[in-house]
Amino acid sequence: MRRKTSLKPITLLLLLITFVSYAKEGAPSSDSKADKETEIKEYIQHHLQDSYDFTLFSWTTEAGEHKYFGFPLPVILWDNGLKVFSSSKFHHGETVAEVDGNYYKVHHAKIYKVDGPNGEIVEDDHHHATNEKPLDFSITKNVTMIMMVFLIMFFMFKKMASAYKKNGGMPKGMGRLLEPIVLYVRDDIARPNIGEKHYKRYMSYLLTVFFFVWIVNLFGLTPIGMNVTNNIAVTFCLAIITYLITTFTAKKDYWKHIFWMPGVPVPMKIILAPIELLGTIIKPFSLMIRLYANITAGHIVLMSLIGMMFIFKNWLGSPLSFVLAFVLGILELLVAALQAYIFTMLSALYFGAAVEEHDHHEAH
Amino acid sequence: MTIPNIVGAGLVVIGAGIGIGKIGGSAMEAIARQPEATGKIQTAMLIAAALIEGIGFAALFAVS
Repeated sequence: MRRKTSLKPITLLLLLITFVSYAKEGAPSSDSKADKETEIKEYIQHHLQDSYDFTLFSWTTEAGEHKYFGFPLPVILWDNGLKVFSSSKFHHGETVAEVDGNYYKVHHAKIYKVDGPNGEIVEDDHHHATNEKPLDFSITKNVTMIMMVFLIMFFMFKKMASAYKKNGGMPKGMGRLLEPIVLYVRDDIARPNIGEKHYKRYMSYLLTVFFFVWIVNLFGLTPIGMNVTNNIAVTFCLAIITYLITTFTAKKDYWKHIFWMPGVPVPMKIILAPIELLGTIIKPFSLMIRLYANITAGHIVLMSLIGMMFIFKNWLGSPLSFVLAFVLGILELLVAALQAYIFTMLSALYFGAAVEEHDHHEAH
Repeated sequence: MTIPNIVGAGLVVIGAGIGIGKIGGSAMEAIARQPEATGKIQTAMLIAAALIEGIGFAALFAVS
């Protein structure tokens, strides 16, 4: 009981800090309304992109100088040989970096090769840069965050496992927090959808993807400003893993139902085969789009509402948008868990379809 | 964004909204009839809503 009361002020303080730093992040420096709107738009755009340095917040001094608070990350390029350098050489995208006689410039969060120290990015009619693009293996902000979540998850579950070993199967500490969630994934997601016989093989993937998406989504709501699931490449990889597992663990019946559906006339079988084949690709595709679009939409709306506080700047509009942002923030907490749940749930559903064994009666 | 795009996005949202609304309403009725099956109904409801949502997002990407 005593522990509970002592936690409350800390939680409230954390919540306050979160909102204050969000406000600081979104605080524009210019005065006119139109300037502010474009600045907020740019800020949201910037937030949705990956970046080569880890900036917690930035501001502009009265002299018009940009100040950044954060640290640079390593840039790894393959351009006729391996090039490794610190992203501080870009000065937050403001200057051209020179490495071994080659010049690189950041344009819309991507690295391009330019001709010289004053080289410019050439754009075509559709605003796509036409400059040469080196192969990019950089440790960007998103990669850093994925590694961080990996470490957090590793230590969380390592601690849980060792606690179980020490106490002879009794949950303690971290285990008390995680055991109900693990059991929920097993009993309410894996078992009913995959079936008693096969569910154990898929538990490791389902648990990993559930906790990964959930923790990453939760971190996306903190003022660190990370947004891993906003990146379609990340959700693409998650969906690809689901697709590969489904394809490679599928039983004979699964393929039979795709290429030669039993129980329907032959012309129908021929029509159904390409549709079913396409369906196997659409399923992971919708997984990818759903997670990506949900989190991106949530972030855009949340940041727009926070930005609106600075556009209104009066006693009616600003508190209203604050309350809306607060309520939406709480809703986003729910969405973070819900999207992890749905991703895991649908993955389990697809695995279940892959290993399902049909009993072939005469009338199928 | 042009005007047809904006109208298209609006239509997509209306369609997805009607779909998810119907699912939610039916699930409410089902829970009221059989409160002991709440868990199962909620699971089925969430899956169906997620599928519609996926289609809605795909369409939104197509029009924007």
